[in-house]
Amino acid sequence: MSPSRLLRLKTYVLICAMLVFGPLGDVLLGRAMKEASPMRSWAPASILRFFIRAFASPAVWLAIGSLALFFVAYVLVLSWADYSYVQPASALSYGLVALLAVIALNEKITPVRWGGVLLICLGVFAVGLTAPRTTQPR
Amino acid sequence: MILTGVIFYLFILLSGTGGEMCVSRAMKSIGEVTDFRPHSIALAIGRAMKVPWMWIGVAMMAMGFFSLMGLLSMANVSFVYPASALSYVVGALGGKFFLGETVSKERWAGVLLVTLGVLLVVVGRG
Repeated sequence: MSPSRLLRLKTYVLICAMLVFGPLGDVLLGRAMKEASPMRSWAPASILRFFIRAFASPAVWLAIGSLALFFVAYVLVLSWADYSYVQPASALSYGLVALLAVIALNEKITPVRWGGVLLICLGVFAVGLTAPRTTQPR
Repeated sequence: MILTGVIFYLFILLSGTGGEMCVSRAMKSIGEVTDFRPHSIALAIGRAMKVPWMWIGVAMMAMGFFSLMGLLSMANVSFVYPASALSYVVGALGGKFFLGETVSKERWAGVLLVTLGVLLVVVGRG
């Protein structure tokens, strides 16, 4: 495989990992935070109790694990790929979340939102036509 | 109140996106990672942790995150998230001027489509 194809392939693989672990971590964290009873005040003792309750939930640790995997994939891909390539590509997560909402949660998605998903896909396709790396490797 | 909101918003845009760019700079300085065994990945991240840009980046991303929390406490989610879609434009500008990347017409077109798409996704929540 040519070096440029290999570079593209590993960029895609890591962006896919970001697209899986980022939204998964966000959803798990959101669910865990809703389950933890809300913070009653901004007093330090209240904040501390809130975090102790939150960290007692296994979902929070799953979320942290998922977000850690996202961060590892993110920094690894940035060791070669342009930031201006990776950042818009990661917006595909909006489309994935919309699809998941329809398939897994049976939610209704408004036409405006589908229009947005379509534009994101077109945008990521346009960015994907460019070379992942435009700077000289060190 | 409005001034505080504007300051939070600017922090989300500039500190959040700027932090990611600093992390990108740190990772470029350690060179392309080619070995994906867990041990080698840990070593690469360990090397990146010795680069000051990494810490500057993480600190800026944290400031961006806290600003997001702050703005969410005073404005509706339906306002805050569409407004932060502009971060893709800031990211492309930063990629060009701070990281020396070549942002071609195709990439600009893609960035603008993504920005518009994210706006529609968030506004069209129904």
